[in-house]
Amino acid sequence: MLFLQFLTTGILTGGIYALIAVSIVLVYKSTRIFNFAVGELMVLGGLICYSFVVWAELPLWLALLGALTMAVIVGFLVERLVFRPLLGQPILTIIMATLALSSILLGLILMVWTGYTLTFPSGMLPGRTILLGPVVISHELLWAFVITMVALIILGYFFLKTRTGLRMRAISEDHELSMSCGVNITVIFAVTWIIAVILGSLSGLLLGNRLGITASATPLIALKAFPAVIFGGLESIVGAVLGGLAVGVIEALVGGFIDPRIGEISAYILLLLVLVFKPEGLLGEKRKDLSRSCGDPAEHSMTAIKRTSPLSGRPLSGP
Amino acid sequence: MPSLVSGPVITTINLIALSVISALGLTVLTGLTGQVSLGQGAFMAVGAYTSMLFMNHLNFSFWLALPLGILAAGLAGMVFGLPSLRIKGFYLAMATLAAQFIIPWSIINIRPDLTGGTSSIQIAPAKFFGLTLTTQAHIYYVIMFFTLVVIYLTRNLARSKIGRAFVAIRDNDLAAEIMGVEIYRYKLLSFFICSLYAGLAGCMFALWVGAVSVDFFTLRESIWYLGMIIVGGLGSVPGTVFGVVFIRVLELVVQWLGPLFAAVFPEYIAGAIKNGASHMIFGLAILVFLIFEPLGLAHRWEIFKHFYRRWPFSY
Repeated sequence: MLFLQFLTTGILTGGIYALIAVSIVLVYKSTRIFNFAVGELMVLGGLICYSFVVWAELPLWLALLGALTMAVIVGFLVERLVFRPLLGQPILTIIMATLALSSILLGLILMVWTGYTLTFPSGMLPGRTILLGPVVISHELLWAFVITMVALIILGYFFLKTRTGLRMRAISEDHELSMSCGVNITVIFAVTWIIAVILGSLSGLLLGNRLGITASATPLIALKAFPAVIFGGLESIVGAVLGGLAVGVIEALVGGFIDPRIGEISAYILLLLVLVFKPEGLLGEKRKDLSRSCGDPAEHSMTAIKRTSPLSGRPLSGP
Repeated sequence: MPSLVSGPVITTINLIALSVISALGLTVLTGLTGQVSLGQGAFMAVGAYTSMLFMNHLNFSFWLALPLGILAAGLAGMVFGLPSLRIKGFYLAMATLAAQFIIPWSIINIRPDLTGGTSSIQIAPAKFFGLTLTTQAHIYYVIMFFTLVVIYLTRNLARSKIGRAFVAIRDNDLAAEIMGVEIYRYKLLSFFICSLYAGLAGCMFALWVGAVSVDFFTLRESIWYLGMIIVGGLGSVPGTVFGVVFIRVLELVVQWLGPLFAAVFPEYIAGAIKNGASHMIFGLAILVFLIFEPLGLAHRWEIFKHFYRRWPFSY
């Protein structure tokens, strides 16, 4: 029975990892950028929601709406101010920029919300802890899981059924080709960043609701999503969801049955094993495409944009 | 040099010099061979802790424990480089990220009675022909000696057969394999060299602080070592040195600027501003730098050299 309990907790926690993982995969798929600032973006989203709930004393649904609106603004600003000036630069330079962004956001968070642990008021979410036979399900975790799944279903619908979703899938296949088919790649990049920040914010407030938010420690939780991403496959969004759930379950099972201290790093041991034995992950593409999309540091991202600016068609001034 | 400047400056120079050693390791791995590593801090920890274990528990002298620490770090690097046969790019970064979590975890949890767990452990100062190296000025000469040796070795390595094999793997691993470069061997060798440097830097760090603690070798440190070589310019030895100096000095400058900036604001929010300002200025400086100088300081250095060489007749 203990097994069932750990399994349920694992799956419910894994949902949050899955959200972060999808946020990382989304950005990686369409821009080839691995986003190291995801932890800080997550914390920022959680803290904005906290401010709406505690400082402004708004009702929950309004606070959620406000936090998501702010996430759109943050995502837009991040893309416009940080990543657009760096279009066409070597990929490592852009990864460096995500590091710089994480430092800026950490500074901002420390300035506005200080470094102390902030906890959401208890009883913010309606409902009580559910007893399902011998298994105890915390209603907060259940809410988090439901919200996660709703967000992912909306995302799936967006990808498969809308024109913008179609364009996003197109540029994740090939930048140059989709540009020649008339896709405005900068707009799609902006949309990608906005969605990624929304997902990050959502995971931040769900996590914050459960554990409280600390500016220095909470971003590290986002690192748990990295094994999830690799486990599921860097190219696949469904894989990222499965990976997130798997990491949550393994962490809960190993931590519960073997040793809580090993539970902490079980995700990373899993990561190493996956990398050695099945590097493309559960649903990722095979090695041939893998080597192309991972590339080496010398490879330039977005080769198409490097030559001409997609807006005016004239060459971008290179260094 | 130590006779010219005061204590805190020497301390900073020592930190910069030992960071150069570690960053040069990454230059070999990332700059020359094209493999990304996020575990540099962890491999430094292996070096520092191994030499600590030999010194404190087996009473080895520092000079005897040093090569053992370096070797242990090199082997650890090779173990975590093993997946590099099948994976590259971000996947490899993730494998080394796992090192960054697993190694400190092992240090804290496996034998806390030997390694001190999370708390720091003192090491005895090194002796050099009867002279005990206690002050930063003494340590300066040791660290500077090793830094210069490593710079010299790395410069030569880049021009050797091994260095050319590394560059071939970076530029196109498939073509390199066809031309007869044994990819797997050279990749592992690259990881080994990188971690040797990290081990040396870790031992120097232990000497510099006079103690070891897992808190010195965090993920943040590892990531910023990568940051240093990117800011400096990938694959360039002078660029690496510039990058390390740039980041380390910038860290100091923002620590000094943060409170100054906070003093402008009224009393009741100044505390919070002071906390955040240094992080924010640091990030902003890096970002502005990247936007205006995306190819790193080495690129600017080349331009400057060309200008200087041709100076009065620049056409």
